[in-house]
Amino acid sequence: MVSKVVTVVNAEGMHMRPAGIIAKLAKEHPDSEVIMKANGKDIKAKAVMQIMAAGIKKGTEVELVVTGGDEQAVLDEFVKLFEDGFGE
Amino acid sequence: MTTLRGKGVYGTIALGRISVFTRKEASVKRTHIDDIEAEKARLAAAKEKAVKQLQEIYNKALKEVGEANAQIFEIHMMMIEDEDYNDSISSIIETQSVNAEYAVAVTADNFAAMFAAMDDTYMQARSADVKDISNRIISCLSEEESESRSSDEKVIICADDLAPSETVQLDKEKVLAFVTAFGSSNSHTAILARNMNIPAIIGVGEELLNSVRNGDFAAVDGYTGEIFVDPDEETKSRLERKRTEDEEKKRLLQELKGKENITLDGTKVNIYANIGSVENIGAVLANDAGGIGLFRSEFLYLESSGYPTEEQQFAAYKRVLESMAGKKVIIRTLDIGADKQVDYFNLAKEENPALGYRAIRICLTRTEIFKTQLRALYRASAYGNLGIMFPMITSVSELEKILAICEEVRNELIADGIQISDKVELGIMIETPAAAIISDRLAPMVDFFSVGTNDLTQYTLACDRQNAAIEQFVDTHHEAILRLIEMSAKNAHANGAWIGICGELAADTSLTETFLRMGIDELSVSPSFVLKVRDAVRRCDLS
Repeated sequence: MVSKVVTVVNAEGMHMRPAGIIAKLAKEHPDSEVIMKANGKDIKAKAVMQIMAAGIKKGTEVELVVTGGDEQAVLDEFVKLFEDGFGE
Repeated sequence: MTTLRGKGVYGTIALGRISVFTRKEASVKRTHIDDIEAEKARLAAAKEKAVKQLQEIYNKALKEVGEANAQIFEIHMMMIEDEDYNDSISSIIETQSVNAEYAVAVTADNFAAMFAAMDDTYMQARSADVKDISNRIISCLSEEESESRSSDEKVIICADDLAPSETVQLDKEKVLAFVTAFGSSNSHTAILARNMNIPAIIGVGEELLNSVRNGDFAAVDGYTGEIFVDPDEETKSRLERKRTEDEEKKRLLQELKGKENITLDGTKVNIYANIGSVENIGAVLANDAGGIGLFRSEFLYLESSGYPTEEQQFAAYKRVLESMAGKKVIIRTLDIGADKQVDYFNLAKEENPALGYRAIRICLTRTEIFKTQLRALYRASAYGNLGIMFPMITSVSELEKILAICEEVRNELIADGIQISDKVELGIMIETPAAAIISDRLAPMVDFFSVGTNDLTQYTLACDRQNAAIEQFVDTHHEAILRLIEMSAKNAHANGAWIGICGELAADTSLTETFLRMGIDELSVSPSFVLKVRDAVRRCDLS
């Protein structure tokens, strides 16, 4: 298991589009389980509706936890998504 | 003739027959099933079919409205495959031995309610997306194809509301206009309609579907938000004229687009646009305005049920600045009070609201509201070419206070390491006679003036602009007003500031030459008047 804390930087927070991007990436790595811990909740990265429903705003700290598969590489990919503000 | 009113989300005129959009009401019955595995297999097949349909819609939308707008359907596909959503459906089928339709409908209600309860209007609107995907699965389960709405005649589509997928699926070659009973300007329908260049009116209310029938003739005015069902001859010909003028305008647009705002003798002037919401940016760009001369920030406050947060404001300002891609965007700080009331401000009722507690007067006494807006504006400044404009100025000391607050906000942001532009221009509205008369004192303190002719007229002539009884006394070309503008222009230029006009008078082409002779640097008008004013400028000869 590997993990890293990232901060949501894009202005509108984790709205529909970022949620879609995260879920899409999570599905590309079926061997890894990716959990996002934020606002006291555990959110599955492949669950697009959970991400949206969590209503994560800009500035929120999210702990990304990856278990299984090529853990570090998968974690790095997710970290990069957050750092790039999902291309926004 | 029946007249209905809603909110026009996209201008232009349409005349034609009405087609009432009815969807097969997915009236879902709860039935007991014995073979749970067979039911789950049926669900899986329906989901597969639903995803396939969405893939087709996505491909179609990609071509018609671009990737950013098509993405919604890609997300819809993911929502259909969402684990929690599917776990909920399966578990209802398994534990209650019920049909898949019922399980999907219950799950949809639960998820939609969850989104509707969120404290974010954007997320609240997503409950419509959950219902949309669920209805799709249910209709796939029922093996009912959504009926193809084929008819050779172009029609005005009337509906209670349109789901995004329904909007895109309609053959737009056959749609004259959209009219819906409900819907918000935030809905994908409104956004897609604008992108598809189809006139649209939303929020007409429940009476819409009681007032129209298939085949009724109607005239739709997307500018005013009016629908005339079975219009009388006069209305019909008026709207036909308006449509012809529209087409004439379009022709003008084709000819003048991309041309300079330059007089016959070579004087150049900027022609910008006035807008009141992010959604008008399309019109600004379509009409080839050189920038935004007046962005009324009130909409953020009017559309909200509580004070808009810094983040909400920042997101809106950023979107405007980015959409304008480096062109000037002048955002006017909050101008409420007088004729624009917002409940949660709890403003007392006043004897003379136009002379009362409004605009900058609110900002300077409730500085926390002002600072929130300024923080959002300065943060957004990093994303484009921003000017900030303050309304209702009457004195030097007010302006000193404003500039001090701006400096404070700037320093706070810089100290926080937030990137802001160092080229933000600050300016004031000249809309009180006082400001025009002391414009020699105000000009050295700012980068620009913008004359708000509507209020300047009302205050100079002591005429309430909303009182129809005194209309004959309101002379918008009154010499006193023109002298005040000229005086302000002289004082602006003597102090290195520029001056624009953003009131209605800016679009009055009988004054274009007068304004240019005064040295006015910028005229800011409704997007639809940009080319008309450009045309007037190009006919002027100041030599």
